[in-house]
Amino acid sequence: MSANTVTAGDPVQFYDLDEHAHPEGHSTMLGFWIYLMSDCLIFAILFACFAVLGGNYAAGPAPKDLFDLPLVALNTAMLLFSSITYGFAVLQMQQGKVKGVQLWLAITGLFGLAFLGIELYEFHHLIEIGATPQRSAFLSSFFTLVGTHGLHVTFGIVWLLVLMVQLGKHGLIAANKRRVMCLSMFWHFLDVVWIGVFTIVYLMGVLR
Amino acid sequence: MTPTPLPATDPIFGKLSLAALPLHEPILIVTFLGVAVGGLVVLGLITRYRLWGYLWKEWFTTVDHKRIGIMYMILGLIMFLRGFADAIMMRLQQAMAFGGSEGYLPAHHYDQVFTAHGVIMIFFVAMPFITGLMNYIVPLQIGARDVSFPFLNNFSFWMTAAGAALTMISLFVGEYAQTGWLAYPPLSGIAYSPNVGVDYYIWGLQIAGVGTTLSGINLIVTILKLRAPGMGLMKMPVFTWTSLCSNILIVASFPILTATLALLSLDRYAGTNFFTNDLGGSPMMYVNLIWIWGHPEVYILILPLFGVFSEVTSTFSGKKLFGYTSMVYATVCITILSYLVWLHHFFTMGSGASVNSFFGITTMVISIPTGAKLFNWLFTMYRGRIRFELPMMWTIAFMLTFVVGGMTGVLLAVPPADFVLHNSLFLIAHFHNVIIGGVLFGLFAAINYWWPKAFGFKLDVVWGKISFWCWVVGFWLAFMPLYILGLMGVTRRMRVFDDPSLQIWFVIAAIGAGVIACGIAAMLIQFGVSIWKRKELADESGDPWHGRTLEWATSSPPPDYNFAFTPVIHNLDAWYDMKTRGHERPVDGFRDIHMPSNTGTGIILAGFCLAMGFALVWHIWWLVIASFAATIAYAIFHTFNYKRDFDIPAATVAAVEAARTRQLAAGA
Repeated sequence: MSANTVTAGDPVQFYDLDEHAHPEGHSTMLGFWIYLMSDCLIFAILFACFAVLGGNYAAGPAPKDLFDLPLVALNTAMLLFSSITYGFAVLQMQQGKVKGVQLWLAITGLFGLAFLGIELYEFHHLIEIGATPQRSAFLSSFFTLVGTHGLHVTFGIVWLLVLMVQLGKHGLIAANKRRVMCLSMFWHFLDVVWIGVFTIVYLMGVLR
Repeated sequence: MTPTPLPATDPIFGKLSLAALPLHEPILIVTFLGVAVGGLVVLGLITRYRLWGYLWKEWFTTVDHKRIGIMYMILGLIMFLRGFADAIMMRLQQAMAFGGSEGYLPAHHYDQVFTAHGVIMIFFVAMPFITGLMNYIVPLQIGARDVSFPFLNNFSFWMTAAGAALTMISLFVGEYAQTGWLAYPPLSGIAYSPNVGVDYYIWGLQIAGVGTTLSGINLIVTILKLRAPGMGLMKMPVFTWTSLCSNILIVASFPILTATLALLSLDRYAGTNFFTNDLGGSPMMYVNLIWIWGHPEVYILILPLFGVFSEVTSTFSGKKLFGYTSMVYATVCITILSYLVWLHHFFTMGSGASVNSFFGITTMVISIPTGAKLFNWLFTMYRGRIRFELPMMWTIAFMLTFVVGGMTGVLLAVPPADFVLHNSLFLIAHFHNVIIGGVLFGLFAAINYWWPKAFGFKLDVVWGKISFWCWVVGFWLAFMPLYILGLMGVTRRMRVFDDPSLQIWFVIAAIGAGVIACGIAAMLIQFGVSIWKRKELADESGDPWHGRTLEWATSSPPPDYNFAFTPVIHNLDAWYDMKTRGHERPVDGFRDIHMPSNTGTGIILAGFCLAMGFALVWHIWWLVIASFAATIAYAIFHTFNYKRDFDIPAATVAAVEAARTRQLAAGA
């Protein structure tokens, strides 16, 4: 919005005769923020389900029997490191270094893959010992909450790869910078959600 | 318990087979023939007049908020006819099924009809109507050239249309849910609904839900970012305000629906135990979650119409709106309160006296801001020079009808009373009273009010009045008997009745539905007659009602770019201010105007999603994988297109505006 002040004495101006087009993508960040909040609500529902149903073991295994906290701590570290490396990618972007951005994005992606790998290993292990999503409402809500987060990370990695190609093709043009920032918000958002998962599902679960 | 294994399915067709076609149901065969013949005629005519290219280029791929708005309205209208057909069938069945008669609908069919009626009327009639209205009007009211994300807008529309299409397919391939419109488990779980009906329900709503959420985000950002210079938040027209609140509610509630339905589908497809009876599942969890979406949803529907009534009352009373500030605050209060009342839909759950009292009281509190709005409209009319044009007539009908619906709502908000009235026809009468009396009457007011803006000619008054009176009389005839029946203890969704003394009320209700049918017919005739007589009804001025807000400042229909120069706002009633202070319409000095380009990505992606939804319903796994991969691949492909806009050259703008100058001079 251009500022249009009317001072007394001037004829009142009813049209902006000297207007300039809105810069491209001027509201993308706000839109993306609002999208993230809507996604956050999906997680809120999954957390709520876990909170309500998480104690319903149906005579099956409980968190204490299942969760391997050191492994989860390692997993958490992977995701936290990936957030830091994403931050380095953004710093490189601010210095206008395409290669640097791509490099740090690649490292971020590797941390993301490591996170997913450990998570899949954990899921595989649980299913193998009979703690399947079908076993109890606790396990249904556990697998769904953690799995939905994992699914988001997977999409984040796909997006990351696409973005690396696009950076290679067009460099750090405004549209690509905007995309790096959007993915950055997405990635950090997943980190924040994971901290909730780590605390409420794993730590508080073991205490339960 | 071991996980429920999926039944063996054909690798190519999944659960789909010829048995899925309802060849044994004569009603459906006749309907199918009617739809097929009608559809073929329409397709034939389009081909005959070589309109496919035009439709594709100018409509299906458009990113113009005005055309998308009109497409939403057409979708809503088509689905409305389907939803109303369901309503008439139910009314006939209930009026007939007495004294040992089973009526004409078998239980399996009747249960689908009441489910489909509810789902269609809310998701595919009311939602497209209000989204279309907001899409068309909001950018014009805030002096913008389009919405913030024009491509997303097109995509949202096609996702809504794809959801509607999937729901319609269920009529002829397989069956629809027999669970009631919110599909409560355990009834909707795989144990009690093993067939595809609930799956159609889930995927139809999931696909449409993506569209609704994205369009909500789009309109919020549009309103926050694209207002014309000078238009502070407290200078926004009331319709824009109510649209903002409604879209905030959309973004804050539709993800809840998405998540809840996703959990239900996990229960059905993967054998999890969220809402099952055993292994720790809790069906009441679903009921809570679905109503945490469901109650805000009813305010999503009504709030934009409150805005419409405000615009109409002020315009046709020739006065500025009484109590603008209180109107805005009332809207915001309702927005917040709508989140704190969901439990009143199931006081009978047994959550205890304190919880029920809390939700009973919050529910009653909502009537305070709503009442404030009503008084504001009345005071706007007070000492106004009221013109009883069609939009104003609908508004007055709304005020009288909605107040009754609101008061029966307060009655239901009293938990002890609710224990008697829960799931009775009293409830049915109540919510039809507010949805028809509020949402539909508001839509009709809006259509009559803004039609000249969208098409350049007014709607025919005679047929409009016939429609109006049929609707109002029909509504009261159709729903007052349901209040009485509800008080006598008749529950909803009954197919046959034993007590013959009840029949007279159902007959009256059926007659009322017939009168409403006349109202609908009259409205369709009204549209037809008006298009036929469009020369006589033409409006050259662009401001046929002596409007007060910015959408009336441009031509009817508005040019692609809405405003050649962005207006500068000094007053709440911006256009009225411009008229009274003698604004000069600029006639030269035009510049290139930057506009978004059309794209087929929206309809293509929605097509893939439709295929995926169908495949998921029928467990056609290869098609699920293929269409999912196609969706992702095409979406990625779309992101490689960086050239998404173009300039309308200044010369073109000058030519359009010169034509407008001549039109205004001829009209003066």
